[in-house]
Amino acid sequence: MIDIYNLLAEIVGEQHVSNHKEERYFYGCDPGLTPPHEPDYVVMPETTEEVQQIVKLANKEKIPIVPKGGGLALTGLVIPQKGGIVIDMKRMGKILEVNEKSRYVVVEGGVTHGMLQNYLKKHHPKLRHSIPDSPAISTVVGNAVIHGQGRLTQQYGFNSDMVSGLEVVLPTGEICRIGSHSISSQHWFSKGAPWPDLSGLFLGWFGTTGIITKLGLRLYPCKKMRDVMVFLTDKIELVPDIILKLTHTEMTEDIVVNEQPLPPRMKGNIYILIIITGDSDEELDFKRKIIWDALWDIFESRDGGFLSVPADMKPPLLEMPSRDVVRFADVRKGGGFEYSGPIIPLEKYPEFITKQKELVSKYNLSYSATSRVIAGGHCMMYAFAFTFNRADPDEMDRIRKALREAAEFTVEQGGMMWKPTIEEQKMIIERMDPNTLKIMKKIKELLDPNGIMNPGNWEA
Amino acid sequence: MTDYTKQIHRCFRCGYCKFPSDYSDFNCPSYARFRFDTYSTSGRLWLIYAWLKGEIEWSEHLAEILYSCTTCKNCVEQCPMKFSSDIVDWIVAARSDMMEKEKGRIPPRVTSFLEDVYRLGNPLKERGKRDAWANGIKRYQPGDEYLFYVGCLGSYDEFGRRMARSVARLLSEAGISFGILGNDENCCGNEVYLLGEKELFQVLAERNIQKFKELGVKKVVTLSPHAYNAMKNNYPLVSNAYFEVSHYTQLLCGLLRENKIRPSRNKIKVTYHDPCFLGRYNKIYGEPREVLQSIPGIELLEMERNRENSFCCGGGSGNFVTDLLGGSEESPSRIRVREAYETGADILAVACPSCMTMLQDAVKVENLESKLAVKDISQVVAESL
Amino acid sequence: MLQLNFDPAKCIACKTQDCLVKCQYLRLDKDKAKTEMQKIINGEDSFVLHDCVTCYACEEYCKMGNHPFYLIVERQEGKGILPAPRSIATMWINQCEPRGRFTVGKVKERALSFCFIPIFPLWATGKLFDGIASSYIMGEEFFCNAVFLHYAKMSVIKDRLPKVIENIAKLGIKELICLHDECYGTFNSLAPAYGMKVPFKTTHYFEYLYEKLKELKDEIKPLNVKLAYQRPCSNRLSPKTQHFVDDIFNLIGAHRVKREYVGENALCCAEVIRMGQGYKIADDVQKRNLEDMVKAGAEYCVFNCPMCYLSIGDKVSKRGLKPIHIIDLCKMAIGEKTAPGV
Repeated sequence: MIDIYNLLAEIVGEQHVSNHKEERYFYGCDPGLTPPHEPDYVVMPETTEEVQQIVKLANKEKIPIVPKGGGLALTGLVIPQKGGIVIDMKRMGKILEVNEKSRYVVVEGGVTHGMLQNYLKKHHPKLRHSIPDSPAISTVVGNAVIHGQGRLTQQYGFNSDMVSGLEVVLPTGEICRIGSHSISSQHWFSKGAPWPDLSGLFLGWFGTTGIITKLGLRLYPCKKMRDVMVFLTDKIELVPDIILKLTHTEMTEDIVVNEQPLPPRMKGNIYILIIITGDSDEELDFKRKIIWDALWDIFESRDGGFLSVPADMKPPLLEMPSRDVVRFADVRKGGGFEYSGPIIPLEKYPEFITKQKELVSKYNLSYSATSRVIAGGHCMMYAFAFTFNRADPDEMDRIRKALREAAEFTVEQGGMMWKPTIEEQKMIIERMDPNTLKIMKKIKELLDPNGIMNPGNWEA
Repeated sequence: MTDYTKQIHRCFRCGYCKFPSDYSDFNCPSYARFRFDTYSTSGRLWLIYAWLKGEIEWSEHLAEILYSCTTCKNCVEQCPMKFSSDIVDWIVAARSDMMEKEKGRIPPRVTSFLEDVYRLGNPLKERGKRDAWANGIKRYQPGDEYLFYVGCLGSYDEFGRRMARSVARLLSEAGISFGILGNDENCCGNEVYLLGEKELFQVLAERNIQKFKELGVKKVVTLSPHAYNAMKNNYPLVSNAYFEVSHYTQLLCGLLRENKIRPSRNKIKVTYHDPCFLGRYNKIYGEPREVLQSIPGIELLEMERNRENSFCCGGGSGNFVTDLLGGSEESPSRIRVREAYETGADILAVACPSCMTMLQDAVKVENLESKLAVKDISQVVAESL
Repeated sequence: MLQLNFDPAKCIACKTQDCLVKCQYLRLDKDKAKTEMQKIINGEDSFVLHDCVTCYACEEYCKMGNHPFYLIVERQEGKGILPAPRSIATMWINQCEPRGRFTVGKVKERALSFCFIPIFPLWATGKLFDGIASSYIMGEEFFCNAVFLHYAKMSVIKDRLPKVIENIAKLGIKELICLHDECYGTFNSLAPAYGMKVPFKTTHYFEYLYEKLKELKDEIKPLNVKLAYQRPCSNRLSPKTQHFVDDIFNLIGAHRVKREYVGENALCCAEVIRMGQGYKIADDVQKRNLEDMVKAGAEYCVFNCPMCYLSIGDKVSKRGLKPIHIIDLCKMAIGEKTAPGV
């Protein structure tokens, strides 16, 4: 019998591999509602070569592998459904290169958003990346692999759209370069265009087609100032129109739409957070006015208005990442939340919010609905978010049911589940065009002939 | 404190506890050392909850994870949740609970720490006299203004003793009337408390308080921030005996303000390492820096992680003896001295005998001995007189 | 149902029609003012009801004590005229609804009211509040509710204010020192205007500070600085408290600069106007106000209302003036506080 533990220890060093119950327990669950399943080993490589050796070993022995970053998707995507090896990528934490002229950064597969944010602030203050609202420990690669969003998503698209190149260890052990650096190792400015964009073989696949060990990411101008405007309306049906008017200005950084019953001041209104940036007071002032004017008719009709945000209320609204997001987990002193975050056509917002309220009363839940406008208003992410008490199994069960219904509703409405659970993936697969599914299957079989990569996910 | 078993499920494992406030590096000492998520605060809280639910059983590895926490309170500082201030109390309560329920199965190094304190009155396996360091420094007598409490490291550790002598020298030169307890001194119990042995802590605290009462002590100045913390925050839970406690850096700061100590010019580059029990536990950040800056010519260079974001030396919660975080390039003390060296300072100033012993060892292993001198604040001042 | 004490006869007899003639936002001569006021009294529509920026000032301009502003608010509500978007009013109504989250210190017969403003406990410290700091009340249950004047929601005030008065009285408070200017105005103008009895004495914190500073006279080091004072809208409800500003400045050796926008002619912080009327008027008011402060040579802008401070403190700073609340200014004079930065 092959001693996998010792072989892994030979690759990464004994202190970076564990088969102890404690690590298996912790890496066998995530903060959401997916039932746990333990891995047999947890391993923490430091280099691409180490990842390659682990993958080769696993492929040879047909052992499942699950690469893991921050593990904060909440939908069980890094819970090793068939055991095997969880690869905690966070020791691959080097920021390898920043190209100031072509505005991109190359990071290793375990670099966290927090550390990248700090690094840019310190060394390249004129550049920024799209910081997601997930906690600072979430990794750049993990976020890209699930098509995450960030503070620049309204302007530039999903965070995965900002990827400018990949280095991937394929399930069969080869190291593969994707994008402009596939031909010239020095240049990481494009993930594919103007050639076939092979990054699509890995982004959105939840680690089922390979392990990203390096990633190029576009950086964007970091303006000197940021400010927040808050528009309130009590008419849900106006929201799509408001977003259209706002995006028409091309003046906003981020647009986030919130609806939640608590704290009481938020009850009964939709809060639209509009972030603006500028290099001077004049620039900010100009943008403020343009945005006001864009919504002036709604303001005049008294159907909506801008809140004067006092200075002490601004920092939490501007904070990146927003710690308030995780505080939602403890609204009811329970330590948990999960959300279904479908990507929906903009005009469907009112239907989704109505559905959420229906679920809330049907299952007696505490909720928040946060939505982010994507890429200038082509669609938005709508989060059916429910907070739960980890010590209350009944409530957790009710939320599972509510999320299941939310997913069914999403599919009916033509929305796309974001980072779907395995159950939701099955729902998607059942409804998918057979030929689309066939391509996915072919790709999967081609890249991962032994089916070792994050098994259970995207299984047709 | 509310019953931790009813609260501990509230951790969402968001991971902010791993960082300083600017995310510049990992700031949880045991996470930085081991890098499995289990060794971070959320790892511990989830494992404790799993143990309470019976989903995992007690094991040596679990105990190692639990006791490798230095209780440095970085997590308390960074956790965004409302319960953040209770986190370390939960961990300590779980340690207590495990000590009860899993008798004799805590890590051997922790057991021996506690046994040594119980048998010998110190965790350092020292059987010698507690006042051997004192070199004629007089015993406290009723009427003296201050009792100088030196603690176990000050009494027995080579570097701690030097610190104690240096502080005593400055107090004498400033004309302060003070005395020590000598062989009547007992371990302060700070680590014992944090390791979860609350009964032994109670005994130690009562003994010290009783001694203070007998001698009519009104003011105590401590060498160690650990003792300062125990006396300031935990002794009042044991007894309502009143005495004022300060850390020596606070006292020095007052003496410098009153010109009772007058350092002369000393062109040195110094970086200061905030000890957890002075900083995050008691919010004393200004006075130690003020003491250093009162030396004309000194250049105080801050490490990237300072004050609330200071990176623990890895010695808290008894680890200056048990050393559960040792043995690696990523041991916190080694990371910290590298960070100190990067500032360009010649001296790494400390204000805690635990930090002193941890960082002294680390400069040796890192081969930085000739480039970075670890000194306590009183030594830096004394050398500038 | 509580009825507003408003006497139409006084308006008819009025020779000046100051309430509307002096309005800083609407242009009306005496005759026009008379006609429009009559319409309002009669319950007819008037452009005044639509264009009012809710600055409270007509309450002060009316020397007959006849509450023209409260009448305007009543009529706006009656006609469903919204001085601000519905959502803003809804937010205030929900935010200020009592829900048992108040805090009460060791309340004695003499107590401080922190209204519902979390910054007051941080300010009410030090020698100026020695002996009284722990005797305080704070929370929605003690919130004066006058803010609803801005949103044509007199009904909310009539519903909530009597309970607030009862809540305070139940604590056995004999003298309430109001740290929020608007609370004082509410108890001394709005409540009596509706015949609500206030069974405790109310003291404006200006007066309290003035008396306390006299006690601490020996500790005052004259500040010798030039100050502009930002008068809040709420102070229109208690114009008699204005002299304390000068009294306090004199005591602490500060000099009030000569301004155009002062006293009856003061300009408000305009953030409420921004929410109700939009940025154009608000920006104009703020620009004139700040330029006037600068022109007058002020070094500091002294605030009375914490909301003004939070709303325009930054803007004041950008014009090179130091924003400071009057409590902090007094603390500076007795050496408890250092000067703030710009």
